[in-house]
Amino acid sequence: MKNINLYQYCLQLADTSFILSHRIAEYCSKAPHLEEDLAITNVGLDLLGQAESLLKYAAEIKNDGTTEDDLVFKRKENDFKSIHLSEIPNFDFAFILARQFLMDVYNELLFTKLSESKDDTINGISKKSIKEIRYHFQRSKDWMIRLGQGTEESNQRIQHALNELWMYTNELFYDSDVETELEKEGISVLSSSLENDWRKKTNQVIIEAGLVVPENQPHSMQYGKDGVHTEYLGYLLAEMQHLPLMYPDAKW
Amino acid sequence: MSEDNQGILWEVFLQTKAGRPFKHVGSLHAYDKKMAMTAARDLFTRRGEGKGIWLVKAEDIVSSQLEDDEAFFDPSDDKVYRHPTFYTMPEGVKHI
Repeated sequence: MKNINLYQYCLQLADTSFILSHRIAEYCSKAPHLEEDLAITNVGLDLLGQAESLLKYAAEIKNDGTTEDDLVFKRKENDFKSIHLSEIPNFDFAFILARQFLMDVYNELLFTKLSESKDDTINGISKKSIKEIRYHFQRSKDWMIRLGQGTEESNQRIQHALNELWMYTNELFYDSDVETELEKEGISVLSSSLENDWRKKTNQVIIEAGLVVPENQPHSMQYGKDGVHTEYLGYLLAEMQHLPLMYPDAKW
Repeated sequence: MSEDNQGILWEVFLQTKAGRPFKHVGSLHAYDKKMAMTAARDLFTRRGEGKGIWLVKAEDIVSSQLEDDEAFFDPSDDKVYRHPTFYTMPEGVKHI
């Protein structure tokens, strides 16, 4: 395949948005009230749309008849490049919001920089996505503050979720081989370059919410971007890919 | 606050574009202004229905009472001459 690095990079960007969107989809109809159910599902659909555009581009680069659906339903776990944070299950509402908040801050920084990518398609997708992501961030930031400053229980639960999720945030700043290569051509963004801004921005909100910034403790030296995943991803894929595996190319 | 703890009831008004009137489109529950605004955006503008949102707490709306209907509205029933339909409309006038 020509341009294998670009193909891999598209998968890397798409998979995180896609897996996160699937997690949100699993939560559909289970939110505490109707308004929130629609709102969070809406975020999931935005992420799915972003992933779809990137996967379409990946399929186009691959140029062997592969479609974006094939990339989602027929790839094996270790071919996925989603980061671990996106794979964490919906333990409770606080986990869902904390996960979203940490991802939203990251995505806003990442896709703002990618809006200047020298690759026209990545550039275009990023410019479109960033408007949605800015809204996601505004929403999750409001929720962090609302829960942090809410009742004693809401404060404790969002703090607990933050504490539990924090160890996964190290991967956000890990530079994969493909992004290191493509950065030389001005196509990709080095994840490590986002760390300072990410810490500044998350700290600001966490403190405003009356919460405590957890200590930085990496959980792993092997990351999703390299195809090594949390144990959660396998179960997610087993459920999601079940039907296409049982009935290949089934039609509605 | 309602007893089922869904938060405050808000009435939602949308404007299709600048200069046009805001129209009532529905209601929602939320605990505060910001939450109500994001919920209104997500519930009522996903298909490009609006470019402006107004939110009003339902309890702040003063509403006419059903038992006043006769005294309030019936007297105008037989006064068709109050409608400006006895004039010829000039050409090019819209929104009437």
